[in-house]
Amino acid sequence: MSTQPHDRAPGDNTGLARTPEETLSELLVYTTGLVLAVLLTGVSFWAANTTLLWPPGVALGLAVLAIAQMGVHLVFFIHITTGPDNTNNVLALAFGILIVMLVMVGSLVIMASLNANMMPAGDLMNLQTQH
Amino acid sequence: MSSTAVFGEEPLATGGVAYGGPAPKRIVVAFGFWIFLLSDIVMFSTLFATYAVLGHATAGGPGGAQLFNQARVAIETACLLLSSYTCGLMWMAIGARNRSATYLAAAVTFVLGATFLGLEASEFAGMIRIGATPERSAFLSAFFTLVGCHGAHVTFGLLWLIVMMAQIATRGFRPTVERRLACFSLFWHALDIIWVGLFSVVYLIGAR
Repeated sequence: MSTQPHDRAPGDNTGLARTPEETLSELLVYTTGLVLAVLLTGVSFWAANTTLLWPPGVALGLAVLAIAQMGVHLVFFIHITTGPDNTNNVLALAFGILIVMLVMVGSLVIMASLNANMMPAGDLMNLQTQH
Repeated sequence: MSSTAVFGEEPLATGGVAYGGPAPKRIVVAFGFWIFLLSDIVMFSTLFATYAVLGHATAGGPGGAQLFNQARVAIETACLLLSSYTCGLMWMAIGARNRSATYLAAAVTFVLGATFLGLEASEFAGMIRIGATPERSAFLSAFFTLVGCHGAHVTFGLLWLIVMMAQIATRGFRPTVERRLACFSLFWHALDIIWVGLFSVVYLIGAR
């Protein structure tokens, strides 16, 4: 990849006429990504349906598999790298992940805590029976 | 030309600071579109959080385990994953300036995306037919908002793909057209990333 320009944006491969070897390596990157993604998706669907695993742990495992597959998509399809050319994109991604985590984990923690602590009547205010 | 400087032997840009002058326009455009995609993902995260909080608030109505058809979700996932791959192939064909390969890959991407949308529409229609409408329960409101928002993005992506093919047909591989195609392929890959979260959180975890 040393012949590539140093300032690639995500998904960027333009600006140069490419040799057949470069085209081949690019095809290899996309195909590797597809194989890994299919593998992770397959494991997710298997884990959701199997009785072999400890049921309470499956949800956490599915979340981990999903995050791993998102990483595969970012690296092999969107071409996020650790190279110096990608610093701005990685920083923007890191900030995006921070906000996503704050929103999702924050909402879940606050709502679970509300359910657990602030409703002495218990089932009266339970979201499951709320209309 | 300052643009030749970036092809030098040693990296000219370190730590995000470019010493080779202003970045080329395709870099700036892709970075800007990347920021938009991240903001879109942040918007989806609020819908995910809503669904996660309200996932069991079924108000006595049907829950995920009764409503979701896992075989259909598996086919939808395969369609979107393969269309992401063919979108990558289209991007390679664009880089190689191969017009017919570009059209072919775009057509396959379009058909896979349209198949996905058709399956999703039939799922929604089936749910509404049995009374599982968005106003039935908080769970269903969150479900239709989250999944429908992703479906709307896919619909927009398909329209965008048609427009881009028309631009290639009429204008060829101009730099402006190529920058738009770069943004489209980023958009399409990002939609697939959101779908990964969707099938895991909504259909697999949500049906447990």
